[in-house]
Amino acid sequence: MTPELLAALQEAQAEKRPVALLTRLSDGHQLLWPDSAVPAPLAEAAAAALREDEAGNLTLEGEAWFIHPHNPPLRIVIVGAVHIAQALVPIAQATGYAVTVVDPRRAWATAERFPGITLIHEWTDDAVAALAPDVRTAVVTLTHDPKLDDPGLDAALKSDCFYIGALGSRRTHAKRVARLTEMGHSADSIARIHAPVGLNIEAVTAPEIALSIMAEIVAVRRGAALGRRAPAAAAAA
Amino acid sequence: MSDSEDVLATAAGWRAAGENVALATVVETWGSSPRPAGSRLAVSASGKLAGSVSGGCIEGAVADAAKKTMASGTPQLLDFGISDERAWEVGLACGGKLKVFVEKLA
Repeated sequence: MTPELLAALQEAQAEKRPVALLTRLSDGHQLLWPDSAVPAPLAEAAAAALREDEAGNLTLEGEAWFIHPHNPPLRIVIVGAVHIAQALVPIAQATGYAVTVVDPRRAWATAERFPGITLIHEWTDDAVAALAPDVRTAVVTLTHDPKLDDPGLDAALKSDCFYIGALGSRRTHAKRVARLTEMGHSADSIARIHAPVGLNIEAVTAPEIALSIMAEIVAVRRGAALGRRAPAAAAAA
Repeated sequence: MSDSEDVLATAAGWRAAGENVALATVVETWGSSPRPAGSRLAVSASGKLAGSVSGGCIEGAVADAAKKTMASGTPQLLDFGISDERAWEVGLACGGKLKVFVEKLA
């Protein structure tokens, strides 16, 4: 890898710009897409690799190429700068996620409690909407306070985020479903919310709950059966 | 920061500090390989390692190849777990097969 290509790749990563590294395996010649113009089949393979977040191979005119996607990190937006959030941050970071914490309560969302983490003190609906959650984003609400959680969930439900989780018991969630329905969200839409949040590992402590949340996010992201919840069962519970 | 990004940053750091560095990348897998295509292992001339290309079974052989590439500047494409008499045949306990591309960080 040439110093120029390494610098360009690292610059794209710093700018959180998706790029694919294309390597001709016979001699190690490399290109960065979309920065460099490449033959159409390579460009198509690069776009697909980025979309699927999966490396691939392509043979073009007898030459084998390796298509290596470099997407920006997956994101977790945590609503609620609470104790469980403090436990979730390091687990999320170790798993490769970029973390943002949203909480208008400045006493909670402090740099002391969340060193090095992006903190947003706007009201939760504006904050979550401004972060524009996409298919590579998970949103978790942890405040346990409807006036903070609900607007955050409202914004999350209007986005394409791949995971929405909400802290609270089944009873709390039943009341939440009623409020979100009142706000105009359909049953199908509300069924996107994982609540009670996290895989059922009988978690008790804040770190254990954080672990169950992170495990559920990974399960959903990877399409594991554990990450799926039957909407009917959730409603009946 | 994804693990692949992390390895690249570490490798770039070693290079910036004046060390010779090679990067190994899994480019293709068959069967139950523990690390997917795109996984990276960085190797420095002084023997530092970052990242992985397997569960640990082929890292030693890849590091040896990496030192050759560091010296020659010529990239290599290594096959592992393929049942033939090739020098690189070390076998994988998991029964998987993979190809690893090794290049020098110039």
